[in-house]
Amino acid sequence: MQFWVAQTLNSLAFGGLLFLLSSGFSLIFGLMRLANLTHGALFMLGAYIGAYLMRAFPGTSLWMAALASGIAVAVFGGLLERFVLRRLAGNALGQVLLTLGIAFIISDGCLLVFGGDPIPLSTPRWLARPVFLWGFIFPAYRLAVVVLAVCAALGLHILLDRTRLGAMIRAGVDDMAMARAVGIPVSAIFTLVFCLGSAIAGAGGVLAGPILSAYPGLDGDMLPLALIVVILGGVGSITGAFVGSFIIGAIYTFGIALLPDLAYVILFLPMILVIAIRPNGLFGRMAV
Amino acid sequence: MKMSRRTMLHGTAGLATAAALSAPARAAEPIRLGLLTVKTGPLASGGLDMERALTMFLKERDNTLSGRKVELIVADTAGAPATARTKTQELVEKNDVHCLMGPLAAFEALAIDDYIREKQIPVLGVAAAEDVTQRKPNPWLVRGTSSSAQCAHPMGEYCAKDLKYKTMITIGDDIAYGHEMTAGFQRVFEENGGKIVQKLFAPLTAPDYGTYISQLKEADAIFIGFAGSNGFRFLRQFNEYGLQAKLIPVGGMTALDEAVLRNMGDEALGIVTTCWYSAELDNPANQKFAPAFRAENKYDPGFYAAATYVEGAVLEAALKSIDGKIEDKPAFMAALRATKTDTVRGPVRFDEFGNVIGNVYIRKVTRKEGRLVNSVIKTYPDVSQFWTYDQKAFLANPVYSRDWPPAKNLSN
Repeated sequence: MQFWVAQTLNSLAFGGLLFLLSSGFSLIFGLMRLANLTHGALFMLGAYIGAYLMRAFPGTSLWMAALASGIAVAVFGGLLERFVLRRLAGNALGQVLLTLGIAFIISDGCLLVFGGDPIPLSTPRWLARPVFLWGFIFPAYRLAVVVLAVCAALGLHILLDRTRLGAMIRAGVDDMAMARAVGIPVSAIFTLVFCLGSAIAGAGGVLAGPILSAYPGLDGDMLPLALIVVILGGVGSITGAFVGSFIIGAIYTFGIALLPDLAYVILFLPMILVIAIRPNGLFGRMAV
Repeated sequence: MKMSRRTMLHGTAGLATAAALSAPARAAEPIRLGLLTVKTGPLASGGLDMERALTMFLKERDNTLSGRKVELIVADTAGAPATARTKTQELVEKNDVHCLMGPLAAFEALAIDDYIREKQIPVLGVAAAEDVTQRKPNPWLVRGTSSSAQCAHPMGEYCAKDLKYKTMITIGDDIAYGHEMTAGFQRVFEENGGKIVQKLFAPLTAPDYGTYISQLKEADAIFIGFAGSNGFRFLRQFNEYGLQAKLIPVGGMTALDEAVLRNMGDEALGIVTTCWYSAELDNPANQKFAPAFRAENKYDPGFYAAATYVEGAVLEAALKSIDGKIEDKPAFMAALRATKTDTVRGPVRFDEFGNVIGNVYIRKVTRKEGRLVNSVIKTYPDVSQFWTYDQKAFLANPVYSRDWPPAKNLSN
């Protein structure tokens, strides 16, 4: 019994973390048809900026660091989209290769600036202690990550489904040419969405920091997870990213706990299944 | 890439020219030393330390060993076996190095193993893979660091006899290094009356250890066999789950390296680990080295910095005994293996397979002058890779792995 409860909580916490990672990726992919392979690197960059801020300015809380880092990474992402990716508009393969190249540059840049050692981000003090739930221990911060992920999902949902901006973004996802024809500034929205996706990655990196730390290689560890979640959940759908994150969180956690020898493939099995049965993902709505 | 015209000519003109050169002319030539290290990617932390320490070693000697200038050529393998192989070829065929130092990781060492044998290049190794000095010994290798399990053996005895732990759990990276280290620990711990009740291995790139931590069973202590930043992340998460009160963590030689300690807090205090080095060692060589390294880099030297510094000392001693004539490869190789010298890790010598015999230290994390250090609490002198076992019997067993020696005391 305790095993199931503990691992369920673990899977929720990991799912929450995955949502913070992959929602921005899904957003960008959905609107721009661009597999942004810098996403893992932006996540890592966010973690490093957060770690740096908390060190350089003692007293900076994790939340402040996440906000600042989110803004910084958003600006970086915006510049990247406007001045680099824009030049390759229409050349999807070129853009993917470019984002991969930039990911390498970011990751070696981080190594140069922040060094090769892992840098921890400290947990807010009131969340630093484990909590006792039904007689066993679980770290409070991990529960907070689940709450944060749910909040982020709600926020994104409201933005996309309840606002005019959201309607424009959705229009762009569904039919870009038609959206342009009715006067939606699709190209400005591209930049905006890229900034938003980057901001979530940057802030997500900081919020995952107390669990993962900032370390070289974080980008490479996380990018495949984002890809898996988005392929499973369906491109461009926040609901998909949300459900996908928690499904992957559960498969990963229970897979490792019950079938440790399959640790390496456990994540890819459901992906293959989904691709075979529903090529657009569980909640995909790309009408390609 | 720096390359003098002479190297170029030498390289292109090939062996005929080399053979035609007279002995005095060759002696004037610099010794070309190739360092295979990792300067980019996740392993770069240790790799950069390897380069820094070796550069320091050579600078302190005015880049001269046995009266000959030493030209250091550093190659970045990026921690990838294929790149390690290409860079090794480049160092050997283009830069025409006399000997190599490195590489950092076992899988890199294995990737270049057959090439080294073929080209007969003396290598001062750093990576810990067991079998390159055991069942498949490479005649061109000396290793001044240790094999994977060399420091874990004494730790097994220490945990059973001194710390009097009865039951333990092991966890490590799911790579040969993690398997070999925890297997060596398990063998000695169990032979001294302890019981390993659970064995876990996590993928090298596991993003999160929560799942593993929730599975941990009841035991006296847990042995952490992680490398790089993984040990550090595991320990943080271990504390996050409030386990430090229930289960005592102890570590292998890369679990709480000095490089990681400087980013840790009080949660590391009191943790016992084993290694062939500590920045706190009280020998004359290290009393010079550690403060100098700290002054230059603002942090304590750890495993990787000490590794190349030790190898440097071995190279220096070997060259001295053959009067700097590194071109005579068999004589140089014999001299390397016959080396007995004092280094920052204490006295070292080599067994017939080229693996080091030297002290292993049990260290405990304490706070000193505001920073965390690995204080030495016990020294196991002159530990060989075979521990106290008979060499023949040891080699007749299979190499340490996930499944050997078998764990007979796992609880369900």
